[in-house]
Amino acid sequence: MALLEIEDIHSYYGHIHALQGVSLTVEEGEIVTLIGSNGAGKTTTLRSINGILPPREGRIVFGGEEIQGTPAHDMISRGIAQSPEGRRIFHRMTVLENLEMGAYHRNDRAGIREDMDRVFELFPRLRERIKQESGTMSGGEQQMLAIGRALMSRPKLLLLDEPSMGLAPVLVERIFDIIKDINRQGTTILLVEQNANVALEIATRGYVLETGTIVNEAPAAQLREDPKVREAYLGEI
Amino acid sequence: MALLRRYALPVVLIVVALLFPLWNSFLEETVDVNLMYPVIVITVYIMLALGLNIVVGFAGLLDLGFVAFYALGAYVVAWLASGHFRQVSVAFGTTATSITGEEVPGIHLSFWLVLVLAGAFTALCGVIIGAPTLRLRGDYLAIVTLGFGEIIPRFFQNGDDLGGFNLTNGTIGIKAIDSPGFPFLPDSLSAWQRFGTLELYPWFYTILVMVLVTIYVNVRLQDSRLGRAWISVREDETAAAAMGINPVTTKLWAYALGATFGGFAGAFYGAFIKNVFPTSFSFNVSIFILLMVVLGGMGNIYGVILGAIVLQGTNFFLLPQIKTWVNSIGEAVGNQALATVDIPKYSFFIFGIMLVLMMLFRPEGIIPNRQRAEELHDETGSGDAMGGAIRA
Repeated sequence: MALLEIEDIHSYYGHIHALQGVSLTVEEGEIVTLIGSNGAGKTTTLRSINGILPPREGRIVFGGEEIQGTPAHDMISRGIAQSPEGRRIFHRMTVLENLEMGAYHRNDRAGIREDMDRVFELFPRLRERIKQESGTMSGGEQQMLAIGRALMSRPKLLLLDEPSMGLAPVLVERIFDIIKDINRQGTTILLVEQNANVALEIATRGYVLETGTIVNEAPAAQLREDPKVREAYLGEI
Repeated sequence: MALLRRYALPVVLIVVALLFPLWNSFLEETVDVNLMYPVIVITVYIMLALGLNIVVGFAGLLDLGFVAFYALGAYVVAWLASGHFRQVSVAFGTTATSITGEEVPGIHLSFWLVLVLAGAFTALCGVIIGAPTLRLRGDYLAIVTLGFGEIIPRFFQNGDDLGGFNLTNGTIGIKAIDSPGFPFLPDSLSAWQRFGTLELYPWFYTILVMVLVTIYVNVRLQDSRLGRAWISVREDETAAAAMGINPVTTKLWAYALGATFGGFAGAFYGAFIKNVFPTSFSFNVSIFILLMVVLGGMGNIYGVILGAIVLQGTNFFLLPQIKTWVNSIGEAVGNQALATVDIPKYSFFIFGIMLVLMMLFRPEGIIPNRQRAEELHDETGSGDAMGGAIRA
């Protein structure tokens, strides 16, 4: 059984029919990426999964339980954490305080300590800046913090929304290496990314989203070779 | 050393406050000034401001109807410790006695019990009002609370005939509220047996203890789990929800806690003034308390206390003083308008100017809260826009 199974969900912003029947599955241990152009519905799909924008139709099954309609604040205790688009860290809190917020729903001090150490191992830069107010850090550091904060809940499924946004190419590569490490340590990842090149490099499988529907699904290596994908998303003619 | 630095100032301030009746009687003997009454009223307002600080300063909710809880607290003490409900005759630990030795009509419960009940009742009202409205954000919440603050006094004004039942005694209000006291104390402590109108220091110590409890709760809340949740909801409600924080419950806690302290203060004030009228709880009071929080420094406990002292002090001492000055200048230059102008009548005009100046030059308040100050001076702001702010 898949860890996450989405069946034909329809989501709306007011009257705008943003997701017109999206179905996808994420198996345990995978990195699945969702690629597509601006406005295709990638972020909307994540918002539908984590309860911020509950779908009007369709089913979302996580770990064998239907979760559509569960409020956003209950998702984290079910094991879904996310690093949202634009990072949305708490700018006026320090790095440490932000990480503590990620573990807000937990009570096991020893476990939190352990996960904190793990985050600092993945992102040594965060340890250096532990007392710094997070809003004053660079974009790359803030992205690291957003991912680290999501990991603090020890999630089964990590939703990453545009982790490469606004970062220098060299930083993008570093962040994606770390995402791969996180996955190797046992966290399943659903990755939304405009930068299809890097996303398909680390993903197991990929879905291509166009105007609210899935138009293609294949192993990542295969998508990289697909001439249509190359033309539309990988910047080749 | 660190411990000393942390506790030195609070301890000194508490000692100064505890010794107030002493230095007040010294002032009375030497310069014939008795500060007891104004200081008690100021202290009530400190408590109100600290209660509102939880709502406005910590949770970032704009509440324009805080007076409603103050009024509800005062009416609870009026109902449960006066002769208003003369249909019944209930007494428990009360200071009220009749000369003839007969049963006193009305409900007369011990003030200390009523105080607890008033807090519980206003907390309940806070939850009832907050549960549906705290889903609103920003301006909409302000409008709803504004309406609530208007409805409650209006209800008390018209509540003298609820299907024939006189609940609030209308515009006349409820009079002759029982004094607090400890009737079981020996006669040597007569001032404490039943708080009187001549010896005010038992009143002062009561409200001082209440304020210290409020300060303690404020301090503890600030560093608590809930306090952290408030900061996160204030900064980004959606991101807070993604951390597993239920924004509505979190805000509801702030609202109910603020309401509780408003109720405590109202109950004390009702007993102290001995009469409650609907007109004492107008919209002005809500604004006045909000002004204290904003002027002093939202979210900073020292700031809020200072704000309450400055504004009520202005009300009690500065404005009448300015009036005497202006009037004597008017007399000296022979200007009739200046000689008779009643400055305190324009208090809200003066407070309005103070608020505008404050917003222009120091929006974070006199003694600001660190995070609050940054929020106000942040040009980009994190906001709640869909994408949030991006800073590379």
